[in-house]
Amino acid sequence: MSDGRREPQPQISMTQQGGSLDGRGEVRPVPEEQVRSYYGRPVLKEPVWTWEIPWYFFTGGLAGASAPLALAADLAGNERLARSARFGALGGAMVSPVLLISDLGRPGRFFNMLRVIKPTSPMSLGTWVLSAFSGAAGLAATTDVLGIFPHARRFFEGVATLLGLPLATYTAVLVADTSVPVWHEARGELPLVFASGAAASAGACAAIFTPIEDAAPARRLAIGGAVAEIGATELMKHRLGKFLAEPYEKEAAGRYEKLATALSGAGAAVMTLAGRKSRAATVAGGAMILAGAAFERWSVFKAGFQSARDPKYTVFSQRERLHSRHRAEDEG
Amino acid sequence: MSDSHPIIPGSGITGASDAYNIEGRETPETRPLIPLGQRYYAEEKPRMGFFTDTTVCIGCKACEVACKEWNNVPDVIGELTGQSYDNTSSLGANTWRHVAFIEQRKPIKMQQEAGLMTPGSEEDGEFRWLMSSDVCKHCTEAPCLDVCPTGSLFRTEFGTVVVQEDICNGCGYCVPACPFGVLDRRQEDGRVWKCTLCYDRQKDGLEPACAQACPTDSIQFGPLDELREKANGRLEMLHEAGVDDARLYGANEEEYGMGAFFLLLDDPEVYGLPPDPEVVTRKFKSLWGAAAVAAGALVAGVAAAFAGGAR
Ligand code: SF4
Repeated sequence: MSDGRREPQPQISMTQQGGSLDGRGEVRPVPEEQVRSYYGRPVLKEPVWTWEIPWYFFTGGLAGASAPLALAADLAGNERLARSARFGALGGAMVSPVLLISDLGRPGRFFNMLRVIKPTSPMSLGTWVLSAFSGAAGLAATTDVLGIFPHARRFFEGVATLLGLPLATYTAVLVADTSVPVWHEARGELPLVFASGAAASAGACAAIFTPIEDAAPARRLAIGGAVAEIGATELMKHRLGKFLAEPYEKEAAGRYEKLATALSGAGAAVMTLAGRKSRAATVAGGAMILAGAAFERWSVFKAGFQSARDPKYTVFSQRERLHSRHRAEDEG
Repeated sequence: MSDSHPIIPGSGITGASDAYNIEGRETPETRPLIPLGQRYYAEEKPRMGFFTDTTVCIGCKACEVACKEWNNVPDVIGELTGQSYDNTSSLGANTWRHVAFIEQRKPIKMQQEAGLMTPGSEEDGEFRWLMSSDVCKHCTEAPCLDVCPTGSLFRTEFGTVVVQEDICNGCGYCVPACPFGVLDRRQEDGRVWKCTLCYDRQKDGLEPACAQACPTDSIQFGPLDELREKANGRLEMLHEAGVDDARLYGANEEEYGMGAFFLLLDDPEVYGLPPDPEVVTRKFKSLWGAAAVAAGALVAGVAAAFAGGAR
């Protein structure tokens, strides 16, 4: 305004052009043209979470899914695989809290998380689950290393399994329980994406650290998980529809997603073809599957930011909802 | 007071007192506790709120200034945005009242009919300015409060939603949970901040600073049911006068209940407000149900991996 000239800016694009959406047969204005906004500013705030969070999604999933793998291997009598999985669970459980605490604006106040148990807050429940899981996984690994209390070890494994299942999936609920459209609207499929990524990571990690003759179940879990992860991601985008799936395909989220699919797919292929014969192939395939699972979490993370940043995702999806509600009211 | 660094004297990482925890008056233990699910102390005190009537807002920003002064909110000298008179841009950790300015090629009906438009070129006559002072909505079912893992966000005895700064650990969950982009984390401080509906003033029977400063009564403070009645009357009056654009936003508890609601002259999104906000956090079934299914799939996957042999 320093040049003394101020023109009323038509910041709202009212031009409505015909276009079709979703191929639903209805001709509706294309979103960009129809969405009105306040100087193009976001309606929502972008999350303030930093790099620790997507890595935590990854390590939490790895830990959470390693627990049932350890228990199953133990019950099946495959002691070497059980041990690898136990250490996968312990490793993930040790790294996760560090990531979570370092993301806090006031890390010194982490313990305020433990002053309440709040069923409406997935983060509150998750903190408790992770804390208890770490204890159980730690005890399972310790009793294993020391070779003591075999019965107690199995008990701890059971507890870790019961807690590991929510640990591997609650992070999807955590992000879905926000106003960010591409997270909230994907609430039905995000847990599947996270759970399959967790299975893939746990399988891959255990397969890497287990001699190949004992690692077959881990390989199968890794391969199955990787394939399921690719499938679940596609399903999620399909259910979101063309418009809301867009943030998953653009910019950083899009790049990460492509990498995730390529790495998970290639890793699964390598593991299927050569995992049985060569440890090196298992390590290579496993590393690719792990990287794929990490990139997938990064893609989901970034897509949330991208959709919060652009008001059209919030406004248009809410407008659509209003339209269909009014239509339903008119008809009924 | 001028030093904005330790924002509130004495507040530190140790969780010392803050503006809403004046020494000797309140500690987390003595603060009112409202059980989850209960909306407000209906029995004791009426739920208080704001009615922001944007039709009489003159864009003076007295509310923004009064809010900063009273609550000791750090000033952020930003850049001129060139977007009308709005240089604060949006609500945030350091902006608890935000005046939006929208310039439109559209006459204001009442002014036109009463011959109040300044004569000028044809174009000038086709101009209207929408101004609106935005604020935290103090939602009936507040997503920010639902997701807060420490219980720092709480429902006061006035039915408002307040962050307890001595408890907030800056997890940031409330930031994307709010459907209106109200909350934000203060970079140098690590905690989230937002409008408290002047909790401290209310405790002393005073109206919030912004409402007191507003020279046109565009911001009105009072018991919510009275405000809603007033707003409905005002809306009727405007519609009778032919201002068909006028509409209430957030006044209907059946849709999305807000403790701070608005009378607008255009679609909410024009003011930067979501057209159909929803309480995302109350969809327990679809949120946790999906996780249960996924956990079941995980168990099945592990079992299947061993179906082909134990090693
Ligand atoms: S408007 Fe946002 S910050 Fe205010 S009470 Fe509602 S959810 Fe919380």
